[in-house]
Amino acid sequence: MSAGDFLTLDHVSKVYRRNQGFLERLKKTDAGGTRAVSDVSLTVRHGETVGLVGESGCGKSTLARLVSGLMAPTSGEISFRKDAAGKAPRLQMIFQDPYSSLNGRWTIEDIIAEPIKVHRLRQGKAAIRARVDELLVQVGLSPADAEKYPQEFSGGQRQRICIARALAGEPEFLILDEPTSALDVSVQAQILNLLRDLQKNLHLTSLFITHNLSVVRIMADRIGVMYLGELVEEAPSEELFRRPRHPYTRLLIDAAPDMDTSDRSLHPIAGELPNPAFPPSGCRFHTRCPFAKDICRNTVPPQKTTEADGLYRCHFDLDLSNASIVPPSANVKTA
Amino acid sequence: MTTVVNAPSAPAARRSRFANLRRAMLKAPGATLCAVIILAMFLYAFITPLVSQNPFEFAGMSVLDSFIPPMWMTDGVPDFPLGTDDQGRNLLTAMAYGMRTSIIVGFLSVIIGLLLGGSLGLVAGFVGGRVDAFIMRLADVQLAYPALLLAMIIDGAARAALGAERSVATAITIVVLSIGIAFWVQYARTIRSSVMIERDQDYVSAARITGRGNLSIIVLHILPNVMAPVLVIATINLGIAIITEATLSFLGIGIPVTSPSLGTLIRNGNNFLQSGEWWISVWPCLVLVLFVVSVNILGDHLRDVYNPRLKGRS
Repeated sequence: MSAGDFLTLDHVSKVYRRNQGFLERLKKTDAGGTRAVSDVSLTVRHGETVGLVGESGCGKSTLARLVSGLMAPTSGEISFRKDAAGKAPRLQMIFQDPYSSLNGRWTIEDIIAEPIKVHRLRQGKAAIRARVDELLVQVGLSPADAEKYPQEFSGGQRQRICIARALAGEPEFLILDEPTSALDVSVQAQILNLLRDLQKNLHLTSLFITHNLSVVRIMADRIGVMYLGELVEEAPSEELFRRPRHPYTRLLIDAAPDMDTSDRSLHPIAGELPNPAFPPSGCRFHTRCPFAKDICRNTVPPQKTTEADGLYRCHFDLDLSNASIVPPSANVKTA
Repeated sequence: MTTVVNAPSAPAARRSRFANLRRAMLKAPGATLCAVIILAMFLYAFITPLVSQNPFEFAGMSVLDSFIPPMWMTDGVPDFPLGTDDQGRNLLTAMAYGMRTSIIVGFLSVIIGLLLGGSLGLVAGFVGGRVDAFIMRLADVQLAYPALLLAMIIDGAARAALGAERSVATAITIVVLSIGIAFWVQYARTIRSSVMIERDQDYVSAARITGRGNLSIIVLHILPNVMAPVLVIATINLGIAIITEATLSFLGIGIPVTSPSLGTLIRNGNNFLQSGEWWISVWPCLVLVLFVVSVNILGDHLRDVYNPRLKGRS
């Protein structure tokens, strides 16, 4: 781990085992299970925001739970930089669903004060209350809201409360698991603005997980693209959009509907996401890739690095920097 | 940056809670009536022993006054509005003592069941796996026995173990424990299923990432969120517990005559039903029915209020 590295994931995998029946257990056959995260290596440097994008079911939320320590990886290692005293950094997480992430029986004051009390960041009732009020103002709510219960707030306001709670823990590392996906577009913009201001002012190191490319483009310094549990490409944010190396990244960028009125066409990625319990052989993307050749079906692609500090997993050195690529032809679909 | 904060407006909140209560009472006059009946019986049962001579002590009996019928019948005396029993006890006073014992036993046994079933259900739901399987199979086995039979078995076993020499307090403790143990399964199952839903919620994950341990998460986060349905069951079970205790006492294996419950009074009066002194057992019966029916209606109402699926219907 080099000096600037804050968090490193070293070949991390997570396998969800299927519940085995009594007879299967007797037979001692290995049921295998679903490889939700497969051999992911990733580094987050101090003060940097790394974005993770991918379709639903690609394992990005599982990765978030692994990093947060809610689950242990099946194999591989997740290590944080420890401070001088050898203590692990304080973590906080912001969840997708602002409704289930707040305890409905607690007042807003109690909710936001919890991390302060657990980490003993302020002493005394008055100091804690003052800090809660300060945080409420910081996220655009009013100190009077502290007396209320979560049920009295809208989704956007609840997400602000979640952000205030996360900040109350004075986290050194923040995990954001689709923090805006459950919100209206107008509210999304407010929350993103708030998060960006906080990023700038508090110099947070964070992992930002989303399926929305335009969101991750605004928020992240570097972006990782996940497909079926694998990290297929990773690059600095602008580099990824300017010069994607992996066909999946290109297709993902093209699939996002944009506000450009000159181009009303949509480019969905052909085919279905394969069952992660039985991933395709060779390159996992070959069933949907417009450039797939025989080698892709049989051989796992190597991990290549780019001169711009990125990496990607593809057999070919494709130039995907401009123009949409045509959706896969019929013969690929039937393959 | 300093922000001026107004003092929390606690009185306002309290007032609105009061207003809520009044609105709820107007919306459900039946349940309100039951609540009033329960409260009145409570007050009567707990105040009378403070101001009157205990009829179950020697000084409280007067054999000369025995078998006096209720005051509106011929031979009735205004001093004994509901008549007297075989020992000349004023039934009105005797029933206060009986109700007091019944209520105490009912509440204590519900609390025992709640504590036992609640904690086992919490552990089963939170830990899961083998612990969960063990506790729930235990519950399944217990469900195969009728609760009353189980209470009798526990009661009998405890008596055999403690021998013939025992105080009233021991007898009541045995009854309370046996009824409590007989009814833990329902609480355990309800709590377990609620806990299994709550433990996967994001607010629990947030608390865990913040650094809360399992115990604080259970006590501070999960418990407040799973209590409502269980408290409703407890209300309904209060009626069942009182009936169970009355049945045990009626069968002569519950509370001794020196500190009677309603069931003991009914059993006592039962001996004279054939000879025409019906009032000795009918009054305790009516009081028992009124109390248990009131508790059940109130419990049903609470269940409707707390069940979000029934919301909107009335």
